[in-house]
Amino acid sequence: MTNIWNTYQCEDFYDEVMSSPGVARKSAEKLVSYFKDLSEETVESHRKAAESTIKEMGVSFTVYTDNGNIDRSWPFDIVPRTISKSHWDKTAEGLKQRLKALNMFIDDLYHDQNIIKDGVVPAYVLEQSANFRQECMGISPPFGVWAHICGTDLVRDADGEFYVLEDNLRVPSGVSYMLENRAITKRILPELFEEINIAPIDDYCTNLFETLVALSPRKIKKPVVAVLTPGIYNSAYFEHAFLAQQMGCELVEGSDLIVQDDDCVYMKTIAGLERVDVIYRRIDDLYIDPEVFKEDSQLGVPGLIRAWKAGNVGLANAPGAGVADDKVIYAFVPEIIRYYLKEEPLIKNVKTYLCYDETQREYVIENIDKLVVKPANESGGYGMLVGPHSTKKERDHFVQLIKDNPRNYIAQPTLALSTSPTFVGKGELEARHLDLRPFILQGKNVYVTMGGLTRVAMTKGSLVVNSSQGGGSKDTWIVD
Amino acid sequence: MLSRVAERVYWAARYLERIENTVRLVSVYDKLMFDLPKGVGIGWYNLITINSAQASFDERYKVQNERNVVKFLLGDDTNPSSVTSCLKFARENIRTSRDVIPAESWEMINELNLFVCENLQQGINRSQRFNFLDGVIKSCQQIQGLMMGTMPRDFVWYFMKLGRNIERADMTTRLLDAGVRAQLQVWDDHDAINGHQIVWGNILRALDADQSYRRTIRASVKSKQVARYIIEDPAFPRTITYCLSAVSESLARLPNHKLVLNELEDIQQDILKPIDYSDLGEPMKELLNDIQLDLAAIHTSISQNWFTNQ
Repeated sequence: MTNIWNTYQCEDFYDEVMSSPGVARKSAEKLVSYFKDLSEETVESHRKAAESTIKEMGVSFTVYTDNGNIDRSWPFDIVPRTISKSHWDKTAEGLKQRLKALNMFIDDLYHDQNIIKDGVVPAYVLEQSANFRQECMGISPPFGVWAHICGTDLVRDADGEFYVLEDNLRVPSGVSYMLENRAITKRILPELFEEINIAPIDDYCTNLFETLVALSPRKIKKPVVAVLTPGIYNSAYFEHAFLAQQMGCELVEGSDLIVQDDDCVYMKTIAGLERVDVIYRRIDDLYIDPEVFKEDSQLGVPGLIRAWKAGNVGLANAPGAGVADDKVIYAFVPEIIRYYLKEEPLIKNVKTYLCYDETQREYVIENIDKLVVKPANESGGYGMLVGPHSTKKERDHFVQLIKDNPRNYIAQPTLALSTSPTFVGKGELEARHLDLRPFILQGKNVYVTMGGLTRVAMTKGSLVVNSSQGGGSKDTWIVD
Repeated sequence: MLSRVAERVYWAARYLERIENTVRLVSVYDKLMFDLPKGVGIGWYNLITINSAQASFDERYKVQNERNVVKFLLGDDTNPSSVTSCLKFARENIRTSRDVIPAESWEMINELNLFVCENLQQGINRSQRFNFLDGVIKSCQQIQGLMMGTMPRDFVWYFMKLGRNIERADMTTRLLDAGVRAQLQVWDDHDAINGHQIVWGNILRALDADQSYRRTIRASVKSKQVARYIIEDPAFPRTITYCLSAVSESLARLPNHKLVLNELEDIQQDILKPIDYSDLGEPMKELLNDIQLDLAAIHTSISQNWFTNQ
């Protein structure tokens, strides 16, 4: 039997599992020795088992451009990615700190805007923000919290430290895949769960449910909580259904809800109208209420904002929370943390150049072939340029985009993203780049998932991990 | 419970039931083929006629032979009542109501879907057809069993029970119709006495009702008795009478049921007024057709009362 690790190359980047060729990191020792002893046939049968489990579980996501094929199976690699518990605990503290500060920041923006008056964040950032909602000025949601659910993307650079790549404060998705990945791994590698202390992750839905229930305006025993989905054609529909099922609450579409003259939200049931207390909405701000935002939205509920402003329904995340989900704001987060919490940030930001600033813009344009350029308000990996992998034509195009709308672009150095062993063929492991999206909840309490969703760029050398762009995923183990 | 969800689980149950019964329907003729004397042409096209699908069949196929009929019923995506189409609709309904029905039912319907996709050719070819039909029925029963054993008896359950029994009653009338038509052909073609027994025996077997028929009737298989049994027996769960009382029980559990329940009771009385079984030809076909219309009327009332209200 040949040792599968003999040919595994990990020297080029920080590897999550191997510290040097043939030597496992402490958190991965048992994992590595387990795979070392497996025959090629067993590995293959594990991979097949994972594949068929995914098909049976119907774990899928949707790509808009796939005409006529709405469900695509979730590409999953069976080798888990490990992180030591002590390192994770520190990271988790940093994530909590970050979300707390961001929520104070959002609340400040919709009230006195002290941070701008004090000159910590320049006024232009807010004036040209795509996700600032004037309609939300003066509103005070419970606990001063606007973003209750946050998915923060972390990457590890060559130094082995975690850096925040972006904060997703609008409708972050992926948590169901994190949970399903664990369920799949438990089925195919049960032996390892006996041997290794792997932190469980299945309390997420309970915590989410508690976070939501706490937002109920009616102090009743069983508030009615609903997950609002854009419907079955949305790429994250699987997740919406999954979360509703796990929390035991209603999965509703816009057409199931109605706001009546009393400014309360009701759902249409077989026994007539029933009041809804809290809505976990998975629809973007602009589509949520045609009375206030896009008039032609078929997805939303007319009057929803009216009901929310009247304090008759809890909305998570609150409308307008996306103002902090802006890559220009991102650059100021370390300052935001210092300003509101009087603390040093526990997790670093990636160095970010703001194209609005003339000096920085010049630097970006000169060095565009070495940088990653991102639009300020896109998600899903759309509309970005990875300098080192780009053509001259693409670079020229981006230089023009930056010049036309400098506020909308930032640039970051290309990171040496960490890698992890991934099966690329029969019995063949190769290093693939990955990131990590933990989920943070804030309501009455703050909670961070144990690990998060690890996304893998399945193509050799690629740095793009988004599922909509051909990425896959792995189970993530926080190992004690 | 959301009206939209009620509608989806109701249809999920109907489609699941339709899959199982379409397969049972094919299995009747499949079995007849083995048993009937050589030279008796059983008209596979009957299976198209009883589903009122002549127009869409004729559009797609020139030859009304066994292969085309079976293909149309099992695997033709352009036929909205084929097994593969029903499976698609059932999956879509289950996929979109996963928050209220057991999570495993989604896994099981995916398994069934994979089974059908991978083995469809076996169902169309004659040599392996039994295994295919048997596999689909077992898989449907597995899903029913899961639901029986794990679902709370709440509104979701009663809407599924409604859908299941309305569809089952409807499909039972079609199975009977298939028998009536096969019998007429046997009569035309051949020495009919033995032929009748073969036809009706297979109808019973397709419903898995042969054993209970014998124990209840305690007599040999005779056409009139079989027809009466399949329509009127109160205890066997695929008879018209049984299905209608299951519908009635479910209706009584739902909010604001009065109007729909009254309508059903009228229909029950109307159907169960003494039926004349002396002529199993045209009069029986008409009766079965009337029952199908009544069931459609009940469906419309259910839909208006709970799915599209407000």
